[in-house]
Amino acid sequence: MSILILADHNGHSLKISTRQAVTAAKLLGDETHLLLVGANLDELIEEARQLSGVSKVLVADAPHLIHAVAEDIAPLITCIAASYRTIFGGHSSFTRDVLPRVAAMTDVSMISDVIEILDYRTFKRPIYAGNLVSTVQSDDPIQVLTIRGSRYKPSELNPANTADVERIEVPAQGLQLATWQSETKQSSDRPELANARIVISGGRSLGSQEKFQATLGPLAEKLNAAIGASRAAVDAGYAPNDAQVGQTGTQVAPDLYIAFGISGSIQHTAGIKDSKVIVAVNLDPDAPIFQIADYGLVADLFDVIPQLTNAV
Amino acid sequence: MKILVPIKRVVDYNIQVHPTADGKAVDISGLKMSPNPFDENAIEEAIRLKEAGTASEVVMVSFGTESNHDVLRHGLAMGADRAILVKTDKTLGSLGIAKLLKALIEKEAPNLVLMGKQSVDDDAGQAPQMLAGLLGWAQGTFVSQLTIENQTAHVVREVDGGTESLSLKLPAVISADLRLNAPRFVKLPNLMMAKKKPIESIEAETLLPLKDLKVKTIAVEYPASRGPAKILNSVDELINALKNEAGVL
Ligand SMILES: Cc1cc2nc3c(=O)[nH]c(=O)nc-3n(C[C@H](O)[C@H](O)[C@H](O)COP(=O)(O)OP(=O)(O)OC[C@H]3O[C@@H](n4cnc5c(N)ncnc54)[C@H](O)[C@@H]3O)c2cc1C
Ligand SMILES: Nc1ncnc2c1ncn2[C@@H]1O[C@H](COP(=O)(O)O)[C@@H](O)[C@H]1O
Repeated sequence: MSILILADHNGHSLKISTRQAVTAAKLLGDETHLLLVGANLDELIEEARQLSGVSKVLVADAPHLIHAVAEDIAPLITCIAASYRTIFGGHSSFTRDVLPRVAAMTDVSMISDVIEILDYRTFKRPIYAGNLVSTVQSDDPIQVLTIRGSRYKPSELNPANTADVERIEVPAQGLQLATWQSETKQSSDRPELANARIVISGGRSLGSQEKFQATLGPLAEKLNAAIGASRAAVDAGYAPNDAQVGQTGTQVAPDLYIAFGISGSIQHTAGIKDSKVIVAVNLDPDAPIFQIADYGLVADLFDVIPQLTNAV
Repeated sequence: MKILVPIKRVVDYNIQVHPTADGKAVDISGLKMSPNPFDENAIEEAIRLKEAGTASEVVMVSFGTESNHDVLRHGLAMGADRAILVKTDKTLGSLGIAKLLKALIEKEAPNLVLMGKQSVDDDAGQAPQMLAGLLGWAQGTFVSQLTIENQTAHVVREVDGGTESLSLKLPAVISADLRLNAPRFVKLPNLMMAKKKPIESIEAETLLPLKDLKVKTIAVEYPASRGPAKILNSVDELINALKNEAGVL
C-alpha cells in the first residue's frame, strides 16, 4: 500500500522531521512517495530522490508556490489522496497547518502527534500535555497523521537510490485567499532544537534577555547544544518564541536535557519526556522538575553554569 | 463585522488526570472544568476588536451539554454579546466539531471565526484548519498578532524557527496562540450580570445528522514513568555522573 509524505523543507534541503517520517513510513506500507511543493525545486528533487526508502518523488513546482500557503497546498494533495492509504508528515508547524485542512477536505479524521505506530491504523499519542497516552484506532479509509520524529532515525541519502520523479498538475495561479508577506527566522549555527543531541534550557529566573544569553550562551557553545526556554522565559522576552519547549512549543528528544531554573510544570515537562537523560538545576528542593529528572542539583544556576562551562 | 468564537469546556490545565479503572478512557468525573486556555485568548481578541470599533458583535458557541453554560457565562462576563449552546452528548472529534461549526456559520454568517489553536485535553490542533478547509476560507493558525484593515486580516504566526506574516482575505478562520494577548480577569459583578443573560440552545441534530466517530480510543495509560532525580552535591559529581554513569557527555 502506498504512503504519501508531505515534505517540509526550507527551499534548499529537507527538514530532519521529513527524513524521520520517511523512516517511520516503513512501518505503515510498502511504497513511500514524497511530495515537494515550492518553486525552483531542482536541488531538493535531487536530495529527495536519493533518500533511502523513497520510491517516488511527486513535485508541485511553480513560481507562485514559492511561499505556498495551506489554502493552495491542500487541494494539490486532495486531488491525489484517493491513491493513498496514509498521508502524513513529521510533526512541524508546516504539517500541522496543512494536513488538518487536507483531512477535512477528504472527509476523514486526523490523528496528530503520533508517538508510536502499532499498525497502519492503530497509534499511540499523548493527551493532556503528555500526562496520559492514548491508543487510538481509525476506521477511516485514509489515515492522515503527523508523527513525532524523535523515535525514528532520519533516513540517509543513498546515491544508489534514484526514485522516480513525477510532476503533478498545478493550477496556473494561487487562490489568493492567503498571501505570504514576510518572515523572521532566527538563523543560528547551533543545532535545531527538535534534533539537537544536547539541549540546555532556562526559565523565568534568568532575569533578562541579556542575562539569558550571557549565562546560557557560552555553555551551549561548548556543548554544541541548542538553547530552549520555558514559556515564562519566552513571555518575558528573554528568549525567542520558537525556543519554547513543552506542550505548546517544541517537543525535544536529546540525549541530554538540562533545565536551569525551570519549575517543571506539566506543560513544560510534556516536551522533554523523550529525552534520554534529564538534569535539573533548581534552588528549590521541592520543585516538581526533580520528580521527573534523572539527576538534580539543588543550587543557584548562576553558580553552577560558570563552573560547568569551565569543566566541560 | 461579526465574530464567532467557539469555546470548549475542558479539565482545568492545572489538574492531574488519570485513566478510568478499565484503562479505556480518561476519568474526568468531579474534576474542575474551565474554558480551554487558547479559547480565552480568542475571546479576548474578539472583545478587543469590538472595543476598538472594528467588530460589531461577538457571538460564542460551545458544543456539549448544559454543563457548558459555565464557560459560556465566563465569556459573557468577559464581554461577549451572545452565547449559543449546541447540545450533544456525543464525542465529536475535531472533524465533527468543524462540520457542526460550518452548519452554524451558514446560519450566523460571521466574517471572522476566532478559535483556540488546540484543545488542551486532546491536544489535537485540528478544528480551525478543518473548518477553514470545509468552508473554503483562508486560515491563519498559531497567531500571535492580529490586525484588521478593510476586508483583510494581517496575522503574525508562530512557526518553527521564528514567525511568519500573512494577509488573509475575509471571511477567515484564525487560531490563537497564547501570546496573542493576556485574557482579562472576570470581575464578580460582571459574572453576576452574565448570569442574567440568556443562552440560546440548539439541538446539534437540528444542524446536522451526527455520525459516529471514526477514530476510537481503545486504551488510556500513564506514560512510562521517570525520575525522581538522584540529588548530587556538586558540579564535579554531576559531570562524573553524565560521563561515566549515563554516558551522555
Ligand atoms: C495552555 C498552556 C500551555 C502552556 N505551554 C507551555 C509550554 O509549552 N512550555 C512551558 O514551558 N510552559 C508552558 N506553559 C506555562 C507553564 O504552566 C509554566 O507557567 C511555565 O513553564 C513556568 O516557567 P518557569 O519554570 O520558567 O517559571 P516558574 O514556574 O516561575 O519557575 C521558576 C523556577 O526557577 C527556580 N529558581 C529561581 N531562581 C533560581 C536560581 N537562581 N537558580 C536556580 N533555580 C532558580 C525556582 O525555584 C522555580 O522553580 C503553558 C501554560 C498553559 C496554561
Ligand atoms: N466542544 C467544543 N465546543 C466549542 N469549540 C470547540 C469544541 N471543541 C473544539 N473547539 C474549538 O476548536 C479548537 C481546537 O481544536 P482541536 O484541538 O482540534 O480540538 C478549540 O480551541 C475551540 O476553539
